[in-house]
Amino acid sequence: MSTLIKQDLFEGLLESTHSGFENSRSEAKTSYLTQGLPAAKAEEYKFTGITKKLEQTFPRLSPAQSFEVSAETVKSAIFEGFSGDILVFTNGKFQPSLSSIIDGLEVSLLSEKLETAIGSIAKPSKDAFCALNQASFEDGIFISVPKKTQIEKPILLLSFNKENLGSVIQPRVWIEVGDFAEVTFIDQSINLSDSPYFINKVVEIKGAHNSHVHYYRLQNEGKNAFEVSNIETDIQKDSKFASVTISLSGEMVRNNLNQNLRGSNSEGNMYGLYLLNGKTHVDNHTNVDHTVPHAESNELYKGILDDQSRGVFNGKIFVRQDAQKTNAFQQNNNILLSEDATVNTKPQLEIWADDVKCSHGCTTGQLDEEALFYLQARGIGKEQARGFLLYAFAGEVLAHIEEESFRTYCTELVEARLGSKI
Amino acid sequence: MLSIKNLHASIEGTPILRGINLEVKAGEVHAIMGPNGSGKSTLASVLAGRAEYEVTEGEVIFKGKNLLELAPEVRAREGVFLAFQYPVEIPGVSSTNFLRTAVNQVREYRGQEPLDAVKFLTMMKEKMKLVEIDQKLLSRSLNEGFSGGEKKRNEIFQMAMLEPTLAILDETDSGLDIDALRIVSNGVNQLKSDTTATILVTHYQRLLDHIIPDFVHVLYKGRIVRSGTKELAMELEEKGYDWIKEAVDSEATV
Repeated sequence: MSTLIKQDLFEGLLESTHSGFENSRSEAKTSYLTQGLPAAKAEEYKFTGITKKLEQTFPRLSPAQSFEVSAETVKSAIFEGFSGDILVFTNGKFQPSLSSIIDGLEVSLLSEKLETAIGSIAKPSKDAFCALNQASFEDGIFISVPKKTQIEKPILLLSFNKENLGSVIQPRVWIEVGDFAEVTFIDQSINLSDSPYFINKVVEIKGAHNSHVHYYRLQNEGKNAFEVSNIETDIQKDSKFASVTISLSGEMVRNNLNQNLRGSNSEGNMYGLYLLNGKTHVDNHTNVDHTVPHAESNELYKGILDDQSRGVFNGKIFVRQDAQKTNAFQQNNNILLSEDATVNTKPQLEIWADDVKCSHGCTTGQLDEEALFYLQARGIGKEQARGFLLYAFAGEVLAHIEEESFRTYCTELVEARLGSKI
Repeated sequence: MLSIKNLHASIEGTPILRGINLEVKAGEVHAIMGPNGSGKSTLASVLAGRAEYEVTEGEVIFKGKNLLELAPEVRAREGVFLAFQYPVEIPGVSSTNFLRTAVNQVREYRGQEPLDAVKFLTMMKEKMKLVEIDQKLLSRSLNEGFSGGEKKRNEIFQMAMLEPTLAILDETDSGLDIDALRIVSNGVNQLKSDTTATILVTHYQRLLDHIIPDFVHVLYKGRIVRSGTKELAMELEEKGYDWIKEAVDSEATV
């Protein structure tokens, strides 16, 4: 269902013209206009009324302009212990002069790579925001890891965001990883203002035969920031993709993470941790599509919610008829620390093959009082005992961050949030 | 050291303890026995500060302080230790980190310097011998995947590390085989001293073959109905609890 009012919200964006990808843009625009922004009762956005929120917050939405940041600002934003290359973006626009590009990695603006099949992985027809991005993004980034290249150090995708003569930021990222190549990305955004803005991000990732891709994401957005992201992968034979998404703040965040397992013996893993307080609303919608036999997916999302925060988890697993011998596991666990915090969790499994192993489970509860008493009975103060237990709960997700410096950094952020130093 | 007077406690409105009186002095070992449901574990839990129980009447003075006013962690720091009947498995919390935090918080409260990593490990190794606990267990998450016997040994090990003045052992013997019972009892015996006291909560007499009590109390329907020495435990072993139940129930009807 769509209404004219909702489409008008982004009218300014759709009118602006950007060169390149004309066909893809026009196809996406048609798709966007057909779908319209999700209405209040739209099934996919049932618990996340982003359209209404955007309407309430922004009188009109126009593109946020990119801006300059100093080398010092960049330097101070890089987390301690990080060693590797950095790609800097301001309001979604790549800043080559502040970035460092390693040998062996190909990085260019998407406008210099017009042959890129944008929209072939993250299809505009699946999601109105995805379509909106494809119709109206200004420029994006193209990253290619050539075959047999192991990028040993992580690549930090560092995005600075703020409202700047407009409030819509539309990053567009294309990543292709060649045969037998290996790479780790850390996607982190830095909020530079309290004025509300809206990030509408699309990342497409193609993992060729026997590639290994790690994609870590830290969402520490401003309290007034809105974000919808569509991250979608295409994973070929024998290759492995793993993502860890850590969400700590923001006004309303919706993460669509879609994995397409296209080759046998491929593996798509998704881990997430959301620590929410205030009125933060974080919605993780994941989808893994098993199209071929002998592929595996593992999924673990955990949430700790305080105050009036709200978490949504929706995990779809498709196992197509041909996808025999699929292993697919999904788990979502939540701890509610306040009576006003809410979680909506929904596993959604569609299994058409008959020889598969699939499991899912979800729990939502309070902190284990018996465990708390046990720790207190040993002399540990209540606050610290609570911190111990919450950290132990969250730690299971953090353990999936293989990049040590980033894991340490996230651990510190989580400890600080949970009030426990362990 | 511990003085319990007319202690009444209930859980969700149901009275469990109906007037307990008990005096425990330094150097003593008291055994609390009684049939199932008599309130033995409730007494242990109330002393340690478990929140589900509501104390409705009476007082508990421990080393001159009103124990019932103190938070569970403060009771522990004051020197009360409860060995749990069902030690809790806590995945993701390392046994060593947990214990170091506990030991140092207790030390801080008692005005002692915190132990650094080296001193802590030395102390740990020494105390591990007491209960013959394997280092490998302590490199795991707290109690996670431990067998019943390993959990009970870990309780006594923690007790050794925290050096309490009052140790309350809640059915520590349940689920132990003969060897484990001997090891656990040896640990407890070695930790006993003239300045500490022990309360053994148990259903069976067999623990008392290993840890000799100075006093034996029988709890029934939330009251101590008989007190004696270890001969009372022998008598219970021989005759069961029914004769006491009958005697008490008939006294009540008179």
